[in-house]
Amino acid sequence: MLQFLFKKLATLLPTLVGVTLVAFGLIRLVPGDPIEIMMGERGLDAQTHAEVAHRLGLDQPLWAQYLHYVNQLVHGDLGQSLVSHLPVADEFKALFPATVELAGFALVLATVLGLALGLLASLKRGSWLDQGVMGVATVGYSIPVFWWGLILIMFFSVDLGWTPVAGRISVEYDVPRVTGFMLIDTLLSDEKGSFASAVGHLLLPALVLGTSTLAVIARMTRSSMLEVLREDYVRTARAKGLSSSRVLVVHALRNALIPVLTVVGLQTGSLLAGAVLTETIFSWPGIGKWLIDAIARRDYPVVQAGILISALTFIGVNLVVDLLYGVVNPRIRSSH
Amino acid sequence: MPQPQGPVSPWLESWRAFAANRGALAALLVFGAIALAALLAPWVAPHDPVLQYRDHMLAPPMWLDGGSREFPLGTDELGRDMLSRLLWGGRISLGIGLASVLLSLLPGVLLGLLAAFHQRALAPAIMRVMDVMLALPSLLLAICVITVLGPGLVNTVIAIAIGALPGYVRLTRAAAMAEIGRDYVTASRLAGASTARLMFAAVLPNCMAPLIVNASLGFSSAILSAAGLGFLGLGVQAPLAEWGTMLSSARDYMERAGWVVTLPGLAILASVLLVNLIGDGLRDALDPKLKRAS
Repeated sequence: MLQFLFKKLATLLPTLVGVTLVAFGLIRLVPGDPIEIMMGERGLDAQTHAEVAHRLGLDQPLWAQYLHYVNQLVHGDLGQSLVSHLPVADEFKALFPATVELAGFALVLATVLGLALGLLASLKRGSWLDQGVMGVATVGYSIPVFWWGLILIMFFSVDLGWTPVAGRISVEYDVPRVTGFMLIDTLLSDEKGSFASAVGHLLLPALVLGTSTLAVIARMTRSSMLEVLREDYVRTARAKGLSSSRVLVVHALRNALIPVLTVVGLQTGSLLAGAVLTETIFSWPGIGKWLIDAIARRDYPVVQAGILISALTFIGVNLVVDLLYGVVNPRIRSSH
Repeated sequence: MPQPQGPVSPWLESWRAFAANRGALAALLVFGAIALAALLAPWVAPHDPVLQYRDHMLAPPMWLDGGSREFPLGTDELGRDMLSRLLWGGRISLGIGLASVLLSLLPGVLLGLLAAFHQRALAPAIMRVMDVMLALPSLLLAICVITVLGPGLVNTVIAIAIGALPGYVRLTRAAAMAEIGRDYVTASRLAGASTARLMFAAVLPNCMAPLIVNASLGFSSAILSAAGLGFLGLGVQAPLAEWGTMLSSARDYMERAGWVVTLPGLAILASVLLVNLIGDGLRDALDPKLKRAS
């Protein structure tokens, strides 16, 4: 298993280099003078210009600048925001848990509901239930995230007044920050009702973000189950006289989960992209909104860091999925 | 009893398989109607899409109280006719989808074939670059490109095309590599066919099925990405009517005038849904390996 992990990491190395090159190049490809871009001001006089260039190392050859950039990254230095003048790494640390909480909750919601619906549809193949679930899944897969968010806000928040419109928690609660995860922090604090408020704020954005993932998982579970149920080993298990629930869970579902797992991994990409849109609609203070706001403000160090972090998160999650895949299906390990 | 009439062309055979799927055929017809209406927007739209009727701001659609026949689907916050904007917006949104699919499909196929035919010389470089591009979800890659190029119609097409490119390269390479080892390719090579001829005349036609399926699904995700970029203010800029851009300017008015939000969204949803249904039908008809898998 450890060998498998090292092999995977080795194949990732060129990708990591490439991703840092993209982030490094981004700020230099933006039209305009990189020094004025980094300073966030135009029309610097020649002396300041030269000073800044020297201070930021921009008078060095490109390869030295790149090595310097990578060296900074390795030491956790992501540069400084042009707008807030705070270290980008500090802003990131404050915002990242919000995105992880939102995407994680969305993924759990989508996986649990998607598995259940897909399983139900496969067992009642051809029934109205099956057709209904698959029809809804096709719509869910096609729906534009940002529009879906607006519609749900209009219905649940504006018309019914059930859920809050924006943010992570009501302003009346002052929850001390311990982990950055609101669900955990509210449980640790002694403010009554704050946990319910946090859940209420999380529910709608997570549903919006998770919808297309839910649809994909439901479709994948159904088709994967239908395939597995035709296999000889399932027939054998039935013929042995095992109870049908045991056949379903131990023999069928376990094997049907393998392709579903891959889909869950691939969906992290759409969750990250969806988080940008969902966070913008719900004013959710995470890295997606941070990135879009930074683009609007031309805060390029933040854009650079946001892109880099998204790519690293995506690579990391796919690595975990690859490893899990090896655990669930030992054939993968030996074939690598 | 019908008599067999010699070999049927593979295209006709695929069409028959596709048409046997009633749902996909219906989706194709409805989508064709939407595309035609968008194409004919200059002639069928009742108003100029950017003309502001200042006396009719946020006029409701004709079936609601206060609606009029003059503006069948109502007007937006600047008094522009919604129906006309939706029709003209269809030209832009569907046009971006089509243009970006072509712009990623053609180079993608070329790079994929090159990587498949030059395993040692070109494949490592091409595939490593694609791995890096795949390390970002396509919408984020598109946002990256927009950051450098700036927003706008043409840049949206370029950004989405770049975001979709790695998928086509990988797919083409995988499909081509499965074909290269077959006897007909070897025979063609022994008969003296050039590499270019092998690529385009022998191998490519046999890789078309997955490519067509992927392109149709790529078309729907391109429409979604374009709308997403437009919504974030990074895509097509106002006053041009693009469905996502329309939503972005409308969200401040959604409590007072729901139609400015629901209608553009329904247009996006309907187009994407129909194209996905067509894509599913194509997959069942063209790709026997995936047939009835879902």
